[in-house]
Amino acid sequence: MLEVKDLRAGFDGSEIIKGISLSVKAGEVHAIMGPNGSGKSTLAKVLAGHPSYEVTGGEISFNGENLLEIEPEQRALKGIFMGFQYPVEIPGVNNAEFLRMAYNARLVNEGQEELDPLDFDDILTEKMKMLSMEKKYRERNLNDGFSGGEKKKNEILQMAILQPKLAVLDETDSGLDIDALRVVSDGVNKLKSADNALILITHYQRLLEYIQPDFVHVLSQGKIVKSGEKGLALELEAQGYDWLTPTN
Amino acid sequence: MKTTEKSVSDVLDDKKYKYGFQTLIEADTFAKGLNEDVIRAISKKKNEPQFMLDFRLKAYKKWLTMKQPEWPNVHYPPIDFQDVSYYSAPKPKKKLESLDEVDPELLRTFEKLGIPLDEQKKLSNVAVDAVFDSVSVATTHKKKLMEVGIIFCPISEAVQEYPELIEQYMGSVVPVGDNFYAALNSAVFTDGSFVYIPPDTISPMDISTYFRINTEETGQFERTLIICAENSYVSYLEGCTAPQFDTNQLHAAVVELVTMDNAEIKYSTVQNWYAGDMETGKGGIYNFVTKRGKCVGKNSKISWTQVETGSAITWKYPSCILQGDNSVGEFYSVALTNGYMQADTGTKMIHIGKNTRSSIISKGISADHSSNSYRGQVKVNKGAANARNYSQCDSMLVGDKCSAHTFPYIESANSSVQLEHEASTSKISEEQLFYFEQRGISRENAITAVINGFCKEVFKQLPMEFAVEAQKLLTLKLENSVG
Repeated sequence: MLEVKDLRAGFDGSEIIKGISLSVKAGEVHAIMGPNGSGKSTLAKVLAGHPSYEVTGGEISFNGENLLEIEPEQRALKGIFMGFQYPVEIPGVNNAEFLRMAYNARLVNEGQEELDPLDFDDILTEKMKMLSMEKKYRERNLNDGFSGGEKKKNEILQMAILQPKLAVLDETDSGLDIDALRVVSDGVNKLKSADNALILITHYQRLLEYIQPDFVHVLSQGKIVKSGEKGLALELEAQGYDWLTPTN
Repeated sequence: MKTTEKSVSDVLDDKKYKYGFQTLIEADTFAKGLNEDVIRAISKKKNEPQFMLDFRLKAYKKWLTMKQPEWPNVHYPPIDFQDVSYYSAPKPKKKLESLDEVDPELLRTFEKLGIPLDEQKKLSNVAVDAVFDSVSVATTHKKKLMEVGIIFCPISEAVQEYPELIEQYMGSVVPVGDNFYAALNSAVFTDGSFVYIPPDTISPMDISTYFRINTEETGQFERTLIICAENSYVSYLEGCTAPQFDTNQLHAAVVELVTMDNAEIKYSTVQNWYAGDMETGKGGIYNFVTKRGKCVGKNSKISWTQVETGSAITWKYPSCILQGDNSVGEFYSVALTNGYMQADTGTKMIHIGKNTRSSIISKGISADHSSNSYRGQVKVNKGAANARNYSQCDSMLVGDKCSAHTFPYIESANSSVQLEHEASTSKISEEQLFYFEQRGISRENAITAVINGFCKEVFKQLPMEFAVEAQKLLTLKLENSVG
């Protein structure tokens, strides 16, 4: 599904990702771990096509297409979803209305009719139930005044509604208390299928107790320094990241 | 969509000015005209200390050398400043000891305006200073505020009770010779509100002043000074109305705000002065106002929110001097003009400290024969490393006889700054747009949603009853503008 080859990318002229290769197939869950500043979030943003990040080398293909030539909006419509680490607040834009806009954008892209607010409400209600989200979320403005945890839940709600092929969740666990983490993880697990794939970006092993990864990659100073199976995360938890720091 | 347009105009026309009545009350009014003796007489009337008289006379001398500004994009016959009375006050029966002794006629006037002042009915969560022509007639919740050390009183009282604060701060943000109208105000100001929030204090309630012009040929020259000490916060609201006359009344106010370290002042205005006759343009208030805040302290913040819906002519630029490092200035404005109104309004953001940030969101809506101009200046001084500004000016026209103009001025003496100016309905923050795009929503739909949303946010800053009315009006306009 996703093939990343020797990717180099950065921000504001400085290179943050210094040659990453990664292959993600449908049905797989990959965890990308690493210390702060290792390039985890940059990778997520580059996959989504954030305009502030510049790709300086390498390739990314998604279902055979060259992702680097595709605008962010089109990437989303092709099924790439990014769960933001810091979801931006958009005052004045009603959450339910925003979700419907996003849902309808996908329908229109697939040549289908848009849903009116009443029909969409049924879908929204069902997904909110799945994530044990209170009704207030639909009345509120998009992320506006949400706590960190509420924002993250709202990201997963969007994922549930948009049903992406590839979801890249950037530090979705940060800011969540244990109950919220469980609810969010349950939600993500329910959304997993043989047809979609998941990249979990996380600093801590905690999330991986709830969402089982097939592969764990450790990122340090812009490179994947170690890849392994689930057990690698536990090793990291016990030993920290220092032993994996590359020596240049 | 001609029919839609017409219905929107009709709705606007139906919104007749409901504050156009005059209160008949015995007043102590000065003869028309302005000279040094008039200024001395005002100062004497107010029982002012010498420094205040000196301040006034200095301003007057300066004013004599100045000319009415001609750069604003508004047109009106020259004002004869000798044909205005500079002082008018309802005659008090005796010195007031409490609110119960305020002339019932005045209480009724404010009640009719939706501002109950008497002790039983007064707004429980808002302290109000009611200014009637040249004087403050009542101030509610004074005692309750004093319990936490907050001073809230008419500025004429503050001049006597807290002269050291007045002498230190009055004119510290808007110097006496700042501009023609500020100089005039400094010479002849009669009343207004004074607020002092002591260190480490969050004001337990909103504080507000309600300005009412009543007498036909009197100018209103009020002066407001708000000082917010370290780690303090206050939200301040200003409302204005005036009776309907065929002549123009002059309103030339000065508002000064000062914030110390980590302090924040949120200043909101709903200006609904009489705008003149909708059909002929006759009458209405000339609203020539200088409002400026100075973020003296680090991490301090001044936020202006204005909803300008009235006045025949508006000339007003609520501004921020961002002196303290990391200080923040904000200006949120919705300016609606209809009938024959003319507005030239905007803001100035002066970046002096490091990492100072400012944002300007201006929404101009013009209808009928009106003219609506945004004028804004962003100035970054040499030392203001990493200063950031985001300005957006959005103009909307209803009908084809009105006009909208944008005059942005950007000046930067530092290369590390980040300045963004949007003069159309095209962009908000890149981060927000990316968020929409990441969900598959086109840039265009994203922008529309954010703009509609942001206007709502301006209104949201206001007390419920004002916000609801303003929101309804905006929705009507936006419905009309789409498509």
